[in-house]
Amino acid sequence: MKKIVSGFILFLLAASIWAQPGDDGSMLSLLDEQLSLDRTTNAFKSPRVINTHSMEMLAPGTMDFRILHRFGDVSRGAYELFGLDQASMRLGFDFGITPNFTAGFGRSTAKKEIDGFLKYRLLWQSKGRRNIPVSLIWVSGMTMNGLKDPVGIEGVSAKFTRRLGYYHELIIGRKFSERITLQVSPTLIHNNIVANRLIPNNLFAVGFGGRIKFTKRMAFVWDYTYAINRFPANLNYNPLSLGIDIETGGHVFQLHFSNAVGMNERAYITDENGNWLKGQVRFGFNLSRVFQIVKQKIN
Amino acid sequence: MSHKHLFSLVIALVAAFATPANAQKLFTRDGVVGFDATAANSLESIKAVNKSGTCVWDISSGAVEMAVLVKGFLFERALMQEHFNENYLESSSFPKATFKGKLDNTTAVNTDKDGTYKVNASGTMTMHGVTKPLTVPVIFTVKSGKVSAAVNFALALADYNVDVPSLVADKVSKTANINIAATLSPMK
Repeated sequence: MKKIVSGFILFLLAASIWAQPGDDGSMLSLLDEQLSLDRTTNAFKSPRVINTHSMEMLAPGTMDFRILHRFGDVSRGAYELFGLDQASMRLGFDFGITPNFTAGFGRSTAKKEIDGFLKYRLLWQSKGRRNIPVSLIWVSGMTMNGLKDPVGIEGVSAKFTRRLGYYHELIIGRKFSERITLQVSPTLIHNNIVANRLIPNNLFAVGFGGRIKFTKRMAFVWDYTYAINRFPANLNYNPLSLGIDIETGGHVFQLHFSNAVGMNERAYITDENGNWLKGQVRFGFNLSRVFQIVKQKIN
Repeated sequence: MSHKHLFSLVIALVAAFATPANAQKLFTRDGVVGFDATAANSLESIKAVNKSGTCVWDISSGAVEMAVLVKGFLFERALMQEHFNENYLESSSFPKATFKGKLDNTTAVNTDKDGTYKVNASGTMTMHGVTKPLTVPVIFTVKSGKVSAAVNFALALADYNVDVPSLVADKVSKTANINIAATLSPMK
């Protein structure tokens, strides 16, 4: 065995020493260039597809200031300017801490809810020295209902723990080409308290998301979450969002139509959403502005 | 004879036979390539550094080749780096920038004698999928056996189909200054 190994090493050595310029006559091939690791970047313009976390991470040292707006139902008609008279929002701050670790928090006007999350990239899609077909990202988050009476059921007091909800998801994503990215994210949401005993505390769901980039700075994006054990089991309430990402240099605008009301994973998956088929669709936008807080050292 | 001895003997033999053939080639794997496209009145500096440029120079024929991975350029701001790769140089489609050429005067540089030698290199530059002829001045410095090279030149971004939108025209210059510094070692 040893002989074979050393023979093989010798062969490699000899081959590298005797290597002559390749067919293209490039002298650089003499350097026996180690294949570099080409990590996939820019799978999405932003760390969210629309509502759901995307396979994209924030660069270390950056802060993403996110302003999310959701207007009222388009079906309310001209009197409500197709929903634009109502608005709810979420303000959020996400921080890129290391290349593979992002943390963030935000507050939504709906339920005066505060949410925070940790996002870690376990595997980074790459080619070259290592061939990794997908990125794997873990997200865990927590939400806190901030209403004076969070439960809304007579006789049930507003204990702190009753305000809380949790979500965990594993994002499996792949950038297939410059144009096309797809991701799937099995998700578990836990609500410490639900309205009645028929509604599950643990809701299992699968998120889907993707984009089709059609110019350098614009892309069509969509996401959909299929809730497995929702009660009542009404498919139409599953959040489906269709939108367009527009990058203008410093900002990314995500304009979209969605039946989802909430703006964190607990809210948009478990809270009651509209029905696309009845026109209960809202216009909304996410505005993302990335600031470099700690500059990368280049010297 | 133990494996170890046989091993070193063969390596010595291989090295002895192989050395003369490549003796006149110098190379580097960690050439520093700087890029600066800051517009004259810009408040933000648009510059980046890549510290893994590769280069091979065949002294006898004067042939020179250099390559750099576009994704390897590091900017102070991550967003600038993202835009550089995604919107300007499109590094996923065109991962490398290369220069392939020849020194105009193959006898101008004496690597055995200390001194500074200026000589032009002419050839073709390939970047962003476009290949264009290019002549650049190279300054070789030989000091106690060590050979280093410095190159400074400007590229017009439009020549390489790199589109600068008018929105950022007051920040991003139409030409990029490239400066290269490399210490070359003999290829063994």
